[in-house]
Amino acid sequence: MAQSNRALYEQVILEHNRKPRNFRGMEDADRRIEGHNPLCGDHFTLYLKLNGDVISDISFEGRGCAIAKSSASLMTTLLKGKTVREAEDLFVQFHRMVTANPDAPVDEKAVGKLAVFSGVREFPIRVKCATLSWHALLSALRGTHSSVSTE
Amino acid sequence: MRAVREMTSGSPTGAASTLDVAALRRDFPILQTTVHGKPLVYLDNAATSQKPQAVLDTLSRYYAETNANVHRGLYQLSEASTRAYAEARLRVKNFIHARLKCEIIFTRGTTEGINLVAQTYGRQHVKAGDEILITHMEHHSNIVPWQVLCEEKGARLRVVPVTDAGELDLEAFQRMLSDRTRLAAVTYVSNALGTVNPVKELVAMAHARGVPVLVDGAQAVPHLAIDVLDLGCDFFVFSGHKMFGPTGIGVLYGRAELLEEMPPYQTGGDMILSVRFDKTIFNSLPHKFEAGTPDIAGAIGLGAAIDYLNHVGLDRIASHEAELLRYGTELLHSIDGVRILGNAAHKASVLSFVMDAAHPHDIGQMLDSEGIAIRAGHHCAQPLMERFDVPATARASLAFYNTREELDALGKALERVHEVFG
Repeated sequence: MAQSNRALYEQVILEHNRKPRNFRGMEDADRRIEGHNPLCGDHFTLYLKLNGDVISDISFEGRGCAIAKSSASLMTTLLKGKTVREAEDLFVQFHRMVTANPDAPVDEKAVGKLAVFSGVREFPIRVKCATLSWHALLSALRGTHSSVSTE
Repeated sequence: MRAVREMTSGSPTGAASTLDVAALRRDFPILQTTVHGKPLVYLDNAATSQKPQAVLDTLSRYYAETNANVHRGLYQLSEASTRAYAEARLRVKNFIHARLKCEIIFTRGTTEGINLVAQTYGRQHVKAGDEILITHMEHHSNIVPWQVLCEEKGARLRVVPVTDAGELDLEAFQRMLSDRTRLAAVTYVSNALGTVNPVKELVAMAHARGVPVLVDGAQAVPHLAIDVLDLGCDFFVFSGHKMFGPTGIGVLYGRAELLEEMPPYQTGGDMILSVRFDKTIFNSLPHKFEAGTPDIAGAIGLGAAIDYLNHVGLDRIASHEAELLRYGTELLHSIDGVRILGNAAHKASVLSFVMDAAHPHDIGQMLDSEGIAIRAGHHCAQPLMERFDVPATARASLAFYNTREELDALGKALERVHEVFG
């Protein structure tokens, strides 16, 4: 694989793409939101269960590229048990990282496991893939829309 | 143009000879470049084609030596520019075998051509309760203009289904033509699947019911010899940039009887004979549909692309591309987890496919790192993607300058995708 793609498709990403975590529907979800990228045809449904302001369960289903799918998968593993505020803060850090200059250092303390997506900085067109599920999450938490779109 | 000249002088009839692809490739500067340190393998010709030096030279020579506005100046340069613009129109007329020069309207491209017909002919003839017939394999540009028109008029958009092989259901087409059908708009070649539709047959069926036909020829012109009289179609639209010409220039062919009756699409300079505040008299064809300063350089560049294509020979192009398509189809079938969408009996050199292990965007990204350019997405044909229950496909679309070696590179890269994602 060429160097740049090795950086994009980290093993962790490929692994989550093959075996996405929390990849299921949720009949008794408190919030359900569709996220789609009309340019790709990618489409995910995100499910949330909230206990006060704590995310007690989170899952997703749908289809998309490896970046979108693994990002959604990793997101669900990181947010279970987190507060709404913590989830929003993590998204801010994540968004900052993937939209940063490719040469900028990655603040691994702030983004944790999400650092595997730092390769996305080299490919601005893939930022939408990496952030699709996060945008859906934010919208679900704020309860403003039943679907979000990258366009 | 060296390669072309050698070839044509060696074979004046041209029918039996094969393409000297290696020599032709040298006519295209961009094909000599590298991407990520690897030779560019350009397999996205259905999106846009590359330009031969002859076209590039024509454009720069026009601006360096002939540039002046057309139909205006009483000076030598303007006359030269006007003449070159008119000659370009003549080349287009001959290229598609139209009857009259005035039946050739220069547009910005296929999309504008379709919108022009929808907004003029369509608004004039389509009324509440009427129907417009399209197919399930149309590009968005041959769906949305009709959808908008139907909404405005209270008319109904009817869609002819496509078979699992990606062919048009001809019986359904026949059946769906009704007394209410005001126009059928069909693509000649599907951009997403490569299917070549039997346009002549479709036109005959439609005409038997008194229904005029618009043919979207955008994907046909780089592959097939076009004869609008033989096809019998009423409108034929295409873009220059998909047939080795510049972007920003396209053509609407319409039968003169229809064009004469249609109202102008845009109004302004050049499309008028006289303007008074109480009454404006519109210019005759083709100028009635060419308001404002046209893309003069683009039209002349398109003329150069036509010359180039004629020298290469569309018959030779067709046989080379058929061979590439056969080779590429076998190659893709030999790779684990690859499924080709669109297996029509008559296909242009388009290979649309999906892989079990990888999303089309991941395929596209992986291929890019090998210097291979393909398209990944819905190809502006979302209804067709839904028909085949895929969000997107990866598409390798070939031109006459592509080679077996390039397809081998594609095959190797896809094997790697299978390894990494599988």
